[in-house]
Amino acid sequence: MQILQLIISGIAQGCIYGLIALGFVLIYKATETVSFAQGELMMLGAFCGLAGLTMIGFPYWLAVISAIVAMAIFGMLLERIVIRPILGQPAFSIVMLTIGIGYVARGLITMIPGIGTETHTLPVPYKDQIWKLGGDANGVGALVLNVELMVVIAATAALCAVLFFMFKYSKMGIAMQASSQNQIAAYYMGIPVRRINGLIWGLAAAVAAVAGLLLAPITFVHANMGFIGLKAFPAAVVGGFGSLPGAIVGGLIIGIVESLAGFYAPEGIKDIAAYVVVLVMLMVKPNGLFGEKLRKKV
Amino acid sequence: MRFIFKTNYAQDIHLAKHGGHVFWYSLLVVLLIAAPWVIAEYWLAQLTFILIYAIAGLGLMLLAGFTGQFSIGHAAFLGVGAYTQAVFTNMGVPFPIALALAGSLSAAVGVVVGLPALRVKGIYLGIATIAFGFIVEEVFARWESVTGGNSGIHIKSPNLFGWQLKSGEEFYFLCLVITVIVTLGIVNILRSPTGRAFVAIRDSEISAQSMGIHLARYKTLSFAISAALAGIAGALYAHKLQFISPDQFNIIQSIDLLLMVVIGGLGSVHGAFFGAIFLIAMPQLIAMTKDYLPAVIGQAPGLQSVVYGMVLIGFVLGEPLGLYGRWFKIRTYLQTFPFYRKGMFKRQKAFQKSDRLK
Repeated sequence: MQILQLIISGIAQGCIYGLIALGFVLIYKATETVSFAQGELMMLGAFCGLAGLTMIGFPYWLAVISAIVAMAIFGMLLERIVIRPILGQPAFSIVMLTIGIGYVARGLITMIPGIGTETHTLPVPYKDQIWKLGGDANGVGALVLNVELMVVIAATAALCAVLFFMFKYSKMGIAMQASSQNQIAAYYMGIPVRRINGLIWGLAAAVAAVAGLLLAPITFVHANMGFIGLKAFPAAVVGGFGSLPGAIVGGLIIGIVESLAGFYAPEGIKDIAAYVVVLVMLMVKPNGLFGEKLRKKV
Repeated sequence: MRFIFKTNYAQDIHLAKHGGHVFWYSLLVVLLIAAPWVIAEYWLAQLTFILIYAIAGLGLMLLAGFTGQFSIGHAAFLGVGAYTQAVFTNMGVPFPIALALAGSLSAAVGVVVGLPALRVKGIYLGIATIAFGFIVEEVFARWESVTGGNSGIHIKSPNLFGWQLKSGEEFYFLCLVITVIVTLGIVNILRSPTGRAFVAIRDSEISAQSMGIHLARYKTLSFAISAALAGIAGALYAHKLQFISPDQFNIIQSIDLLLMVVIGGLGSVHGAFFGAIFLIAMPQLIAMTKDYLPAVIGQAPGLQSVVYGMVLIGFVLGEPLGLYGRWFKIRTYLQTFPFYRKGMFKRQKAFQKSDRLK
């Protein structure tokens, strides 16, 4: 039972990594830029949800929707104002730019007096509930499931389904796929590539907001929660940087490995398990599990 | 205006391009030597930090600015140098030998990190170096018998074969001498075939390879030199602070180092120094202006990171060559005084280049 317990909590943590990694991969596929600000977008999303729930007093579902919409708009604005002017510059400049965005976001949040420097709990309706499965009459040996973790897993599965159908069937999703495969060809086909790029950033920010809202009940809402984004990079690499299902699978692998390492391995290994996995992956299979192998034709 | 009429190749690779260089750099050296008698002790300590960061910056500049391999885990090399120096100095090893050991151990670690660089590039390399940085930080924290774990380790003052450098002035001169040697070394590498090979790799790996440059050897070499310099800087850093702990070498420090070379100006030796000045002077400037700002902004803990982030965004968007690029433009304006054209340094409009097909 214990190992199952560990795996379930690993999966829930992995879903969070996967969702943040999904943001990287969406942006990378569409614009070939790597966003180091994804963790900070997640943090902003969680703060938006917090503001909606506690300050404005929205009901839970409305707070969630408004946080996601607000972050989507923020993502599009970000793309329009700072990312678009330097598209086409070396990837390194854009990496530094997104690091800068992350710094500013973190700094601005801590500047809000009374809120930014504190840690908050997000008052969600499913807080601190548990389900017990199996076990004998006294509940000994039962599988104790934390509802918060189950919500994370269910919401991630639902979000993946929505994204899958969007990319497969909707006109917008197909346009996004086309633009990520070959921007110039997509442009010739009449796809507004720039607008698509903006929408991709909006989508990535919205996914990050979902991750933030799901993570918030498990940990706390605070200005430095964005550093978890650094663990989503290994997830994206393990799955293959250009693959959407790969991001989720990579996240799950990292989450489970971390959870098992935390219990079976000596102290301290848990924190670096994700990085060890990614280094091994880069040595063995640099393109990741689902990555496509592309060769330059001369 | 100055016209340089070159008549032979030796003139082309000479370190000082003209008399002005000789004059201004000599003046700079004189000022730096006179500094301990002119400025207060606190500012001398800041100047020492600028020199230390400039050494680390030169290393990262060689790697990121000239070889085009960017590392987001450079604080790990700084840490390896610092801990090596601390352990050996406390064992009673004289300073130069400990420094050489710190540099070479860092270089060895750099080679190990450079090995994946032969297989992966671009963002994958960045992630590999991040991962490496985290692992090294964890090793510092857990290897308690050597590093003292999270409670840190104290380090004795440098011992130059029986001569203890206890005062700030003596240590400043030590840093100054090492900085000058390192800078001359880097400038020399850059005008040699090795340096040209680095630049060729940065500009295009495929064409460098076709010109007969052994990619694996030069990339590893670049990582090794860069790590060795970071290690030397780390050793001096440890002596300056006299106390080191693992959290001084975390991801924030790595990003600060990267921020330093980008703001200073990628691809220029001056950039490393400008960046170091920025990195050390900025917190001082913020501390000085704090009192004049409204309390809500001035006393906020996030002010420094907002300013850093804004400056970084501003430079990437507006001045990709950093402080050095701005200085270069001003200098060109003055040198060519009435003839400066607006479009002289116009940024080339570039198409989206794909990294996937490399």
